[in-house]
Amino acid sequence: MRLELREITKRFPGVLANDRISISVDKGQVLGLLGENGAGKTTLMNILSGLYKPDSGEILVDDQPRVFSDPHAAIAAGVGMVHQHFMLVPVFDVVEAVALGAETVRGPLHTFDRAAARRRIVELSERYKLNVNPDLKIETLPVGVRQRVEILKALYRQSDILVLDEPSAVLTPSETEELFGIIRSLAASGTTVIFITHKLNEVIEVADKIVVLRRGRVAGTADPKTATRQELANLMVGRDVELIVPKGPAKPGDVVLNIKDLVVRDDRLELAVKSVDLDVRAGEILAIAGVQGNGQTELVEAITGLRTIDSGEITIGGRHVEKATPRQVSDLGVAHIPEDRGRDGLIAFMSVAENYILDTYHRQPYSRRGVFDLKAVDERATQGVRDFDIRTPSIRTLVTALSGGNQQKVVVAREFSVPVQLVIAAQPTRGLDVGSIEYIHRRIVEQRDAGAAIVIVSTELDEVLAVGDRIAVMFDGRIVGILSGDDATLENLGLLMGGAKFGEGTAA
Amino acid sequence: MKSLRSLLRRAIVPSLAVVTALLLGAVVIILTDFENLSRIGTDPLGAIGAAVGGVFNGYGAMLTGAFGDPERIRLAFENPSDRTIATAIRPITETLVAATPLIFVGLAVAISFRTGMFNIGGDGQLIVGALGATIVGVGLQTSGLPSLVILVIAIAASVVFGGLWGFIPGFLKARTGAHEVITTIMLNYIGAQVVLFALLGPALRAPGSSQPISKNMSAWVDVPSIISLPAIRLDYGFVAAMVMAAAVSLLLFRTTKGYELRAAGFNMTAARYAGMSAGGSMMLGMTLSGGLAGMGGGFLVIGATGQLTNDLSGGIGFNAIALALLAGLRPSGVVAAGLLFGALTTGGKVMGIQSGIPFDLLFFIMAMVIMFVAAPGLIRSIWRVRVPKPAPEVASVAPTAPAEPV
Repeated sequence: MRLELREITKRFPGVLANDRISISVDKGQVLGLLGENGAGKTTLMNILSGLYKPDSGEILVDDQPRVFSDPHAAIAAGVGMVHQHFMLVPVFDVVEAVALGAETVRGPLHTFDRAAARRRIVELSERYKLNVNPDLKIETLPVGVRQRVEILKALYRQSDILVLDEPSAVLTPSETEELFGIIRSLAASGTTVIFITHKLNEVIEVADKIVVLRRGRVAGTADPKTATRQELANLMVGRDVELIVPKGPAKPGDVVLNIKDLVVRDDRLELAVKSVDLDVRAGEILAIAGVQGNGQTELVEAITGLRTIDSGEITIGGRHVEKATPRQVSDLGVAHIPEDRGRDGLIAFMSVAENYILDTYHRQPYSRRGVFDLKAVDERATQGVRDFDIRTPSIRTLVTALSGGNQQKVVVAREFSVPVQLVIAAQPTRGLDVGSIEYIHRRIVEQRDAGAAIVIVSTELDEVLAVGDRIAVMFDGRIVGILSGDDATLENLGLLMGGAKFGEGTAA
Repeated sequence: MKSLRSLLRRAIVPSLAVVTALLLGAVVIILTDFENLSRIGTDPLGAIGAAVGGVFNGYGAMLTGAFGDPERIRLAFENPSDRTIATAIRPITETLVAATPLIFVGLAVAISFRTGMFNIGGDGQLIVGALGATIVGVGLQTSGLPSLVILVIAIAASVVFGGLWGFIPGFLKARTGAHEVITTIMLNYIGAQVVLFALLGPALRAPGSSQPISKNMSAWVDVPSIISLPAIRLDYGFVAAMVMAAAVSLLLFRTTKGYELRAAGFNMTAARYAGMSAGGSMMLGMTLSGGLAGMGGGFLVIGATGQLTNDLSGGIGFNAIALALLAGLRPSGVVAAGLLFGALTTGGKVMGIQSGIPFDLLFFIMAMVIMFVAAPGLIRSIWRVRVPKPAPEVASVAPTAPAEPV
């Protein structure tokens, strides 16, 4: 079906979320809707799914004006949603989860006709190569499969227009590839797909047509065949951005972080880090690539004193820290940008100022004999907000009210507010938009040039390639290869991440 | 100016909650006024008028009972004597006396909740604290020490005893993960039994009494009165409660320890990542909490009652939880809410005596206040006020964190 939005406008108190947005997408086409956080993508999607009513403007399905007064109306019109956060009942099996709310019934008592539902699900799964086992429980499925169950749900409801909201945010690179295959086969069989994302590569790869949103408006459209990442990024941000932060060659100095034969167990007491050796020198960035869950988290926790180690040695600046507490490690001048900023790095219901001092609050000038110097706290926090361009109404604003990019800037500003010799940054730009990624990378490179040793753990190959002076690949608890930044390519990193042996062709 | 405005803004919902609860209380008074309602068929206007009059009567009695009778105050001005002045100010001082333990335990609850610990054990900590004070008070009867010295030691003992009663669940949580809601409730029972056991022995029990009541200590140790007039019980325990409120506010918002407590209360993981000791915060928060509740028990038993009974707390521990939530876990709010609850209980007794409306109506009104505070959206829609929504809350952790010190 063809979908057209005409001059859609939606206002919230104080914000014009969608300002006369007009887009159209033809039957069987894949529309890539690109925009930063806060560009109005989500509002537009909620209008499409019947959750919000537009203040003005029209929605046309096959050139017929339609009013989506509620989500049912949108589904009835053939619009299916796949949300970023899945809406599946964990204890249901796939058949139950897909049929929920749209059950086929039979008999006088309207009992659930499981066999019929299962038949249709199997048929759909085969037709679109979704490869979902209908009898498995949702909670046992990996994230990528759960997403395909969501897609099945939409197809089961006979959606001809499928809207995917940031679908790759939770996927591994190979799962993302599979998803793109599915999108292509859906489009080929006539389903219209709207693909919402802030990732440039993805729209270029999978979309037939790209619309870029910025601050609630259509900033431009592009043809994926000819558009470059740079053009799209500039359209998205509204200025020239640097996708790859310029940096000079590394000038490695003394070894700052030295890890020897490190063995660490995870929470279930299984071996997560199996004999890792690593040297990181002052003035260089070592990027650790790898699919999530190959021991990176445990490695970082071991270095920062958050996890007790099984055996091995860790020294930072020549000091042994195998048994150090997080405070002792931090006091050595180690900045830690944790993997999950919301859970580990920030206290959502404290203010920007209070979060700014989260791991330095006990030191001068903030604390004198255990009593806060509130003036010093305010001054430094104000300084940090200014230096790191943190967009916040005030330093008293609760950190939960900030956007993801600004929250991460609070973390980075705090970690870099004291001199550091070692930076451990885990997924430092996860979920951030292009502008924020550029900013964070720039700050990390600055620290490198100032002589700090940097470890960046990332699952994003783009990020690893953009900032790593050396790139280590972690697989199944081991470092399976270390490449120099110049030798690394998407291909050889991808192979190593998948568990290929470190071979001849990938000399370090 | 700005802080005054934000203070007023924060007070809107609680104040309207009180007003709404009182209005609903009035409806209940009318609907249960069977005497008047029985003649609604013959004389509808008169019946309803009389029932409404009953409301004014009852609430009037509550007001004068809590704050003083204008007639008596006038008399005291015209003819000042110890007796007239005492009669005039007695209601308001009784309100403050009733508020004192509520404020202590309310502060205790606030500090523990801010640490992320749901201390349901205020009752136990209060009575065990009171036991500590009584042991010292009775033990030093023949020591010949001045009253004030005994008082100081007794209060110190109440803090230690109460603190220990709070430390136990904190320690269990930090070391073994035992949930503090369960352990504090259980320690309430254990505390009550320990006190009963202590009172049944000959050491503390009042001579000649078969009841579990301790000796009356007021002959040799007492909390000094603020106003020395006959029948005025208001003593420096109230002042101590105010001082503690200020101290808790300073601790929570001006010291690094308080910051650690709050950080751990909001997000244990982030606190750990920042190098704080989460277990330490749990133990410290609960110990401070227990100490405050114990101090409340100490002042109660040495001051207002003069002797320990095993039903000393009378549910203060539970009322204090409601009160602390009403106060948004802010020390200044705890003082305000404590005074409100003190006024309601003191005035409610007078209402019961003078107007025949049962004292139990007060429980209904207090419960309504808490329910409305828990549902600010309801208050907003009833009164059509546009109160800026507080920051989204983690419902079960702790109501609205202030971004600035109170």
